[in-house]
Amino acid sequence: MAQKNTIPFGPQHPVLPEPIHFDLVTEDERVVDAIPSISYVHRGLESLVEKRDFIDFVHVADRICGLCSFMHSMGYCQAVEEIMGVEVPLRAQFLRTIWAELSRIHSHIFWLGVAADAFGFESLFMQALRLREPVLDIFEETTGGRVILGASKVGGVRRDIDADSLSGISKRLAHLRPQLEELSNVFINDYSVKHRLSGVGYLSKEDAYTLGCVGPMARASGLDMDMRAIGYSAYKYLDVQPMIETDGDCYARCLVRIRENFHSIDLIREAIGKIPEGPIEVKVKGAPNGEYMSRIEQPRGEVIHYAKGNGSRFLQRFRVRVPTFSNIPAMIKILKGSEIADVPNIILTLDPCISCTER
Amino acid sequence: MGWFKRSPWVLHYNATSCNGCDIEVIVSLTPLYDLERFGIINTGNPKHADILAVTGSVNEKSRQVLLNLYEQMPNPKVVVAVGLCATSGCVFQDCYNVLGGVDKVLPVDVYVPGCAARPESIIDGILKACEILEEKYSQRKKTGYPAAKE
Repeated sequence: MAQKNTIPFGPQHPVLPEPIHFDLVTEDERVVDAIPSISYVHRGLESLVEKRDFIDFVHVADRICGLCSFMHSMGYCQAVEEIMGVEVPLRAQFLRTIWAELSRIHSHIFWLGVAADAFGFESLFMQALRLREPVLDIFEETTGGRVILGASKVGGVRRDIDADSLSGISKRLAHLRPQLEELSNVFINDYSVKHRLSGVGYLSKEDAYTLGCVGPMARASGLDMDMRAIGYSAYKYLDVQPMIETDGDCYARCLVRIRENFHSIDLIREAIGKIPEGPIEVKVKGAPNGEYMSRIEQPRGEVIHYAKGNGSRFLQRFRVRVPTFSNIPAMIKILKGSEIADVPNIILTLDPCISCTER
Repeated sequence: MGWFKRSPWVLHYNATSCNGCDIEVIVSLTPLYDLERFGIINTGNPKHADILAVTGSVNEKSRQVLLNLYEQMPNPKVVVAVGLCATSGCVFQDCYNVLGGVDKVLPVDVYVPGCAARPESIIDGILKACEILEEKYSQRKKTGYPAAKE
């Protein structure tokens, strides 16, 4: 029997933009155990609800994570609105949906780039990040921010998008589509990429279910789980189809995200076609009294925002259950028995978002 | 801005950032903004790095990691605090696990504002850091090794 070695992985590691630490126990080249240790980016922002009132807290919710910033503020607003019984205007719901889907596109393209970097395909990484810029330009023109949008507020959205800009967005996405197809083609058909990803990090459907996977991780293993299908915000008026693969390996996770990109473009164009005229916000009176759990689909999976108010301006409790947190048990399961050289790939195909997880 | 004699390498560490500034640091290194045209590349190894770009405020656990990274970098070195969190703590300064800006732990040379910091301002900040690095080199030449205490 080979000798057991413990190799530290992280918190500062070239493939990880974020700090997470693993103690990898290895036998020769094979990982036999992986012990995660987190809290390198723990800030304790959930306790801030006691110091900021529920209207101001949207700004903090926006900054839970930079990649899915808009979806966090949207989920928080939905929870508070539901407690207070605020009816959000339809136009605001559509605008939220458009921004949320744009966030999904930019997050997935960023993921494709970082994954390419992890398996050593530098030029693909550069191409992916170049293609991400048009989406960020749309954000900047419509909200003023590139990553932290600050567009959502309790009772609606802060800014309207006029009809010309909406058709412009639609046109630009139509222009982005062929370029994205070209990029995706490399991921799908390139021999070396396929060789590097297929068969690596296999997760069966049963394991994905029992370990509580969410998002692309669960969908790549054949689980039909997409919170957009429950029809929050304007998704009930749109034709949402979960993208499902059955292979359960790194390659399948890659495919799921690529197909979701194109589906998001379709959804945005559909939403732009259906968006009604009307106000973008309603006045919010009073303070939240009660509790609610809002579930929305982030790029990484289902996120739960729990809010509890007692009738004062300050919420009593706010809690976020993020997708990466529920995917970590599955990641540990896959890491056991994998090759040490595959570890960065496996961790990245999960698309970990540590700053969400540790808040 | 003049020509630099060296091509400084950047080490990026996320102290407790929300990711916003991290992705902007990465974006500033990729084709549209392209910090690499100045010969600056992103490295994962502190022993190869001249500039430490820190995003996010510092907490109890990342403090030690940050100090370790700083210690491992060769002299002279420059620290750039990217984003509002790294300069003051931003919206998180009242959180129980946030010590404050990076300057609570390391001597910071350049502060880059913005939430999230824009790629243009990150590039500007890193170029300022290059100038400071040149200055530190010339100072070392005058006063001899080791470099003047920072």
